[in-house]
Amino acid sequence: MKVLKLVYKNLLRHKLRTALTVLGIAVAVMAFGLLRTVVTAWYAGVESSSVNRLVTRHAVSFIFPLPIADQDQIAKVPGITDITHFTWFQGVYIDDQQFFPRVAVDPEKIFAIYPEFLITPEELAVFKKERNSCVIGEKTALKYNLKIGDMMSVRGDIYPGEWQFIVRGIYKPKDKATDATQMFFHYAYLDERMRQEAPSRAGQVGWYVMTVDNPDHAAEISAAVDALFANSRAETKTETEKAFQQSFVSLSGTIITSLKFISYVIIGIILLVLANTIVMTARERIREYAVLKVLGFTSFHISGLIFGESLFIAMLGGVTGIGLTFPVCRGFGEAMSSFFPLFNVEPSTIALSLVFSVSVGVIAAMYPAVKSVQTKIVDGLRQIG
Amino acid sequence: MNQPIVQVRNVTKNYRRDDFEIPVLQNLSIDVPEGEFLALMGPSGSGKTTLLNLIAGIDRPTSGSIVISGTDIATLGESALAKWRANHIGFIFQFYNLLPVLTAYENVELPLILTNLSKKEKREHVEAALSVVGLADRMHHYPRQLSGGQEQRVAIARAVVTDPALIVADEPTGDLDKKSADEILILLERLNREFKKTIVMVTHDPHAADRAKKIQHLDKGELS
Repeated sequence: MKVLKLVYKNLLRHKLRTALTVLGIAVAVMAFGLLRTVVTAWYAGVESSSVNRLVTRHAVSFIFPLPIADQDQIAKVPGITDITHFTWFQGVYIDDQQFFPRVAVDPEKIFAIYPEFLITPEELAVFKKERNSCVIGEKTALKYNLKIGDMMSVRGDIYPGEWQFIVRGIYKPKDKATDATQMFFHYAYLDERMRQEAPSRAGQVGWYVMTVDNPDHAAEISAAVDALFANSRAETKTETEKAFQQSFVSLSGTIITSLKFISYVIIGIILLVLANTIVMTARERIREYAVLKVLGFTSFHISGLIFGESLFIAMLGGVTGIGLTFPVCRGFGEAMSSFFPLFNVEPSTIALSLVFSVSVGVIAAMYPAVKSVQTKIVDGLRQIG
Repeated sequence: MNQPIVQVRNVTKNYRRDDFEIPVLQNLSIDVPEGEFLALMGPSGSGKTTLLNLIAGIDRPTSGSIVISGTDIATLGESALAKWRANHIGFIFQFYNLLPVLTAYENVELPLILTNLSKKEKREHVEAALSVVGLADRMHHYPRQLSGGQEQRVAIARAVVTDPALIVADEPTGDLDKKSADEILILLERLNREFKKTIVMVTHDPHAADRAKKIQHLDKGELS
């Protein structure tokens, strides 16, 4: 028999207590993993940004439009190789719980500037030709069971009225990091109606996206673009796509900070759950530890028994929790796919969960181990229970 | 007369309880020759368990020296003392103190975890010890499946499995009925007689003390 076997036998002494502690840790680790995945999903757009794309938006806020006439001026800035524009449409599809990005684009440019959206040449050709057509991501197509030729009816909110679109293409993501939920339709379709119904809103776009020949020159090119419109009625702010995406995330900064805080609170809860079990366990066994010392076991052995038990429970709970994290995140990601197009458990989340499990196992055992080691044999032998 | 295996010289032991210093043993000296079976008797609070604990190296004297088999154990550090206990002392408790999650075999094997013996050698030692106490057929039973007398016999097997020269027993029959107590005392006598173990036993029971070769009384920290 080895000391490890004694640890194992001790674990089975109070099976229900051990099982409940393992379960408690597993649920907490799973909750930690889920929250961390929500946080990483929030940053997914930032992480998947291209380094050779710049975004120009209104200097005050991206909700203010820019004149479409700016496009030709921007295109002439040295270093810019291509340019297109986007206009956030939003609207309500089916009901206001169904969220996926709906954006007016230039059909001639969108798929050239975003090669990560994969579409067949045939579908792209039809999309370019039909003014009321749209292309949707395959996740959205799957979620709403939409096929080529289907009609999509969207009730406008930013741009009021009923809007009809025909699905003419379904794009696939190049990799897991690419958002496959968006809907793109002709800017011309939107602008044409604005000219008739709200002329003051015609000829305006949301933001421009440019490709550059050298990402190292992004700062100089951005400055050159913004200089074009300095002191104009629509001053611009040009930044890398990553910074642009980051500004969206910053809008939810408080929520993200709260989620991060809660995830660390969960680690604290794990620590308390395990510490409670180990403290109770060690207190019950003070007499046994004294007997082991009489038999010649040293403080090192006694500490090893306590740390071993604590670490085993923490690791078993941690590994079980990590095992649970995957199906729970998959289910959560599917249910929230509109809000989180990319919802994958990152390796860093798994590593953090493991590190925290081990740390909690060590920290929870510290006090009872020190206490048990410091207890004199004669005092331990007097302990009842 | 045999050489003393235990030499206690001018030992004083005081306990501290809150602000009070309580003297338990005062300037006590005693020799226990090798092969002795000594019974220590005395009223409660007389210091007999304290003396036993000092001899077994599980407590330290306030002053004085305790030399066991030539080693002054009062000078040993914690780890060295633990190692010394593992090699030289077999301790028998009043309430057996077996680990409930281990079988009789595993309880007896416990002190051998600390040795470098092979698995086969450990098994031979454990089986021999259990045979001596007559429990070879119960080695896979857990303490809860044994009677009090049997539990104490397992505890004795655990005390002798490392073949220590000195066995200390603190009220070994205090929790047993008369028949079981007799069996334990016969076993201790046999360990002393056949296996030449030196035994120091604390007891309240005059009947148990009669089994010893020598009886010494301790009262208010002094031997008589």
